[in-house]
Amino acid sequence: MTKLVLRRLALGVLTLFLISLVVFAAVLALPGDAATAILGKDATPERIAALRDQLNLNDSVVSQYLSWIGGVLTGSFGESTATQEPVSELLSDRVANTAFLVFVAAVVAIPLSIGIGVWTAMRRDRPADHVISNGSLVLAALPEFVIGIGLILLFATSVFHWFPAVSLLAPDQRAWTDPSVVVLPAATLVLAVTPYISRIMRGSMIEVLESEYVTMARLKGLPERTVIWRHAVPNAIVPAIQVTALQLAWMAGGVVVVEFVFSYPGIGSAFIDAVDNRDMPVVQTITMLAAAIYVVLNLLADLATIAVTPRLRTEAR
Amino acid sequence: MTQPQTVEQALDLVPEGGPEVAPPRLQRFQWLGILRNAARLTRTRIGLGMVGLIIVIAVFGPLVAPHSPTEFIAAPNHGPTSDAIFGADALGRDVFSRFLHGGLTVLWMSAAATVLGVVLGTVIGLVAAYSRNWLDDVLMRGNDVVLAFPQIIFVLLAVSAIGPKLWLIVVTVGITHAPRVARVIRGAAQQIVERDFIKAEEVAGERRSRIIMEGLLPNVTSPLLVELGLRMTFSIGLIAAISFLGFGLQPPAADWGLMINENRLSIAVMPWGVLLPVLAIAVLTVGTNLVTDGIARAAIGLDRTNE
Repeated sequence: MTKLVLRRLALGVLTLFLISLVVFAAVLALPGDAATAILGKDATPERIAALRDQLNLNDSVVSQYLSWIGGVLTGSFGESTATQEPVSELLSDRVANTAFLVFVAAVVAIPLSIGIGVWTAMRRDRPADHVISNGSLVLAALPEFVIGIGLILLFATSVFHWFPAVSLLAPDQRAWTDPSVVVLPAATLVLAVTPYISRIMRGSMIEVLESEYVTMARLKGLPERTVIWRHAVPNAIVPAIQVTALQLAWMAGGVVVVEFVFSYPGIGSAFIDAVDNRDMPVVQTITMLAAAIYVVLNLLADLATIAVTPRLRTEAR
Repeated sequence: MTQPQTVEQALDLVPEGGPEVAPPRLQRFQWLGILRNAARLTRTRIGLGMVGLIIVIAVFGPLVAPHSPTEFIAAPNHGPTSDAIFGADALGRDVFSRFLHGGLTVLWMSAAATVLGVVLGTVIGLVAAYSRNWLDDVLMRGNDVVLAFPQIIFVLLAVSAIGPKLWLIVVTVGITHAPRVARVIRGAAQQIVERDFIKAEEVAGERRSRIIMEGLLPNVTSPLLVELGLRMTFSIGLIAAISFLGFGLQPPAADWGLMINENRLSIAVMPWGVLLPVLAIAVLTVGTNLVTDGIARAAIGLDRTNE
């Protein structure tokens, strides 16, 4: 098992290194001179020279990469070319807000979708199962901004006026001090990921329910509740681990659109502003963060799968 | 939507080991059979109807629009009148005319990105499955790198470097689809590669490209068709979202995503400017997903006896 885990860790590090090359290459892709491309043609020569210096554009490509990745690894991501603030300072409040949003969404979505998966598996091919399966087919098709705007129309502007349509937070106010601003963005994320997790959970649960050990447990006369929650669910949940990790990683991209829809002050809306201003240090930092989250979550999901699968746990020691 | 885990969703729909493969050369028109069976399912027909409706609006809309999409016809956010049946947008232009003009771009961009991504992904998947050596490892490692980026972030990284160009969005959306398609196709093709008829062709000295195109490709058509549908649904969502964020077609052009962005702040006063394009995108993506589901069911042989 140790060998398997080490191999998986090494792969993760290699993938992160390759990802950093792609993210770094984005600056090289700026057409013409990068500093002129960011500042526009009217910028003064002094301003351009200062920015070239700030982005280390006068060095060779290799040393540019090394100084950039060195900064990323030590937590110094450079300075925003739009506001001249250090990127880490610019993003720290926003990272907290986004983490809160994703946390709320995950805490609701994971038990909800596992529950729906188990529930529909136990009612396979009955009307409730068909209704939910068609409902998730529709929901899975909808882009997240369509879901978000649908929720705004329903719960913020026309039918009910329960929640704010946009997040009106003071610049230094954290999202959890006014939880009502989180409800609709979190609901959007929950609705976007639930169909995928519950679908996998349902499929894997159906398979487990047809297995011999579940039949055996029932024949032993165990109460149905024990059969389901003690014997079936722990085995059926393994495939759902991978999908859940992918869904959480997806949220790192999903928040970009969802935060924009609700003007939620997180890293997603910071990313949109940065793309608008061609603020490359901010764009690169957030991109690197999102990709790293994917790699780490996938790694954790693989480790969790190894840990709960006896065959993998014992072989290749 | 826009979710990477659709690989699993697709795999989930495709039976282990692919469809029962009869003698290889007879499989060439398998996809026609799948499509024929899919077309018998109610869900496929509903989906086709929805997609057809949106295509008709997008293609013929500009011909019947009562006003120019950029003409100012009323006060900003003016309510519906007999001249402008869905009212005026945030700048006083006819919502209905802008809606009729605004669908074509998202349609062609999504179709182009889907075809690019599926072709690229299929080639990578087939070559990886066939090679079974270092090339397979290199291709899969490359896949992992692209998979790590959330699709929209990858596209916007390119946009921030090069600028909001439509071709760039099509190309980068296609590139982000490719590894997702490649994983599914590689999985399906790996079982075919082990079969005797492939070995027989190798022994006979057949060219590699020919074995891949004529031996492997016809036997992975069902996952391929499912991927086409899935990627189309996600392309529409991604491209509409990018336009909604303001990085697609630039004002004053008429485009559904852009319309939603322009009118979202006046949504409480004048919901039509947001509602019409949102409904159109919803009908389109739900339609493509229903068609995809129909194809997936036909490919496994589910529901074949249902009607």
